[in-house]
Amino acid sequence: MLKIWSMKQQQQKNEAASGQAKKKKVTAAQLRVQKDLSELSLPGTMKTTFPNPDDILNFTLTITPDEGLYKGGQFNFSFAISQNFPHEPPKVKCKEKIYHPNIDLEGNVCLNILREDWKPVLNLNAVVVGLQFLFLEPNASDPLNKDAANDLMSDRDRFRRNVRSSMGGGQVKGESFDRVLLK
Amino acid sequence: MAATMQPEAVRPSMNGESDFSRAKWAYLDSFLSRPGAYSDPEMFVPGEIPVKSISESAQILVIGAGGLGCEILKNLALSGFRNIHVIDMDTIDVSNLNRQFLFRAKDVGKPKASVAAEFVMKRVPGCNITPFVGKIQDKDEAYYKQFNLVICGLDSIEARRWINATLIDMVDDEDPDSLKPLIDGGTEGFKGQSRVILPTMTSCIECQLDMHAPRAAVPLCTLATIPRQPQHCIEWAHIIKWEEERKDIQLDTDEPEHITWLYQKALSRAEEFGIQGVTYSMTQGVVKNIIPAIASTNAIIAASCCNEAFKLISSSAPSLGMPGTNNYMQYTGDAGVYTFTFEHQKKDDCPVCGNLPKDLTVDPEQTLEELIESFAARPESQLKKPTLKTEGKSLYFPYPPSLEEQTRPNLKRKMKDLLSNGEQLAVSDPAYPISFRYNVSFS
Repeated sequence: MLKIWSMKQQQQKNEAASGQAKKKKVTAAQLRVQKDLSELSLPGTMKTTFPNPDDILNFTLTITPDEGLYKGGQFNFSFAISQNFPHEPPKVKCKEKIYHPNIDLEGNVCLNILREDWKPVLNLNAVVVGLQFLFLEPNASDPLNKDAANDLMSDRDRFRRNVRSSMGGGQVKGESFDRVLLK
Repeated sequence: MAATMQPEAVRPSMNGESDFSRAKWAYLDSFLSRPGAYSDPEMFVPGEIPVKSISESAQILVIGAGGLGCEILKNLALSGFRNIHVIDMDTIDVSNLNRQFLFRAKDVGKPKASVAAEFVMKRVPGCNITPFVGKIQDKDEAYYKQFNLVICGLDSIEARRWINATLIDMVDDEDPDSLKPLIDGGTEGFKGQSRVILPTMTSCIECQLDMHAPRAAVPLCTLATIPRQPQHCIEWAHIIKWEEERKDIQLDTDEPEHITWLYQKALSRAEEFGIQGVTYSMTQGVVKNIIPAIASTNAIIAASCCNEAFKLISSSAPSLGMPGTNNYMQYTGDAGVYTFTFEHQKKDDCPVCGNLPKDLTVDPEQTLEELIESFAARPESQLKKPTLKTEGKSLYFPYPPSLEEQTRPNLKRKMKDLLSNGEQLAVSDPAYPISFRYNVSFS
């Protein structure tokens, strides 16, 4: 064991650090989230809300698409990040009940990088861009809401009408949706 | 390996007297009382010193008393270590009994750490094992300071990251005793690894985070629309159906009623899609992410960990983990048998060991804004848009805008009102790939 120490001294000849008792340490997950947030680049259509600014692991992302079928709506996603981040992806859910082929009625989101394709090299910006993309290009081939996906696939006009009425708080096939229109 | 029938000779002890108490360690002592082919003459003085290191002075901490932990405790005790501590927060479950051989049916429900300690102490007289039933996070640096070496037999990445960061932060350049080698074992079915980490000196758990295979996940849309396997039906019940129908009840994977509910939902979905094979125990396995543990894999990995511990403490042979040499042993038993030992390189941009916390003296009367301005003058941190956070408080975030607005009032506040003496401050900036950490002391 002694030799290890002499190797250590060799290694650190020029470095000066000291080890006084430290109390509260920033966790590795917190460090990574802090870094990710500082590198986030949000377009005008997205903003974050932190219910408790001291807790950066839990926040809401609001998306207000300015083009596409969902233009005019406002969608809130809760982000819950665990101490296992970035080994595990953030848990993301849509807070409103919306009509979307890739989001189910409970708010679960089918986005590959939130589950099967998550990798620790991905960051929060990648997730944010992915969520935005879902509103620009809803994808009928990975459906979570089968009815919406079928509508999108078979009759794009009907799908468009259904999106509009659901965003206004109306019903689609007997299912009522949350009103998400801005005005 | 040839002679297995050697007589039970009582070897003379180091001072020439017959020492009955070391008789049973005769074979072990032959490795400690003479130089080996590969022992380093600078480090290894055969005889009393290594014998005493193993049997008297070494204080070993074992984290985890489960599948690996039982093997590790047994191996350490049978390798002559006599001062061992073990931490585990779990209690014994009936499903542990097939491989966690220190436990019996009568022990079900009792804490793993205390039962394991008691069993080994009874079986190996003279060996002292101190159990702690609880979380590693319950203990502070003063506790970890008493050990010479830490061995982990864990199934949690979070716990590994915690002990890794703790041991790294404990290293004090003035104090050789503050460096605690970390040996980490892990298994998954027929596969496993053992690795040795010299905190701050060699690649750490955080550097090696990408060596952990991510949990295999099935796309949500597959679960929701076209399940193909019984596991898909169980995941559907777990992730989607529970939220739909029992949102207000917190799922407890140890609660039989909850597992039964999921099992029945999964079963009816499987019937709907003509899928066979959903069972109660499969439901339990999928929901709790139980990875089938194989007793022999645990035995292989634990054996490797304990041999490295023996070599590290006694210096009797070169061990895994010396700087510039191999530190990681991979064992693969599912596709033939393959082992590979290599050097996992330290990462310069590792958030834990790549940039060790530096000391920073701060005037408690200074405002946060003044502190940020003073950062511009520090050579390592010519920061453009620094983000400052402590463990419990966001001091200042220039981005995103909402957080900037919420933290802006802190700029005018005094440092003494924002953090306490000795607290750690993390500073990150888009201009730098890693964050800086400072241990703040007030001037």
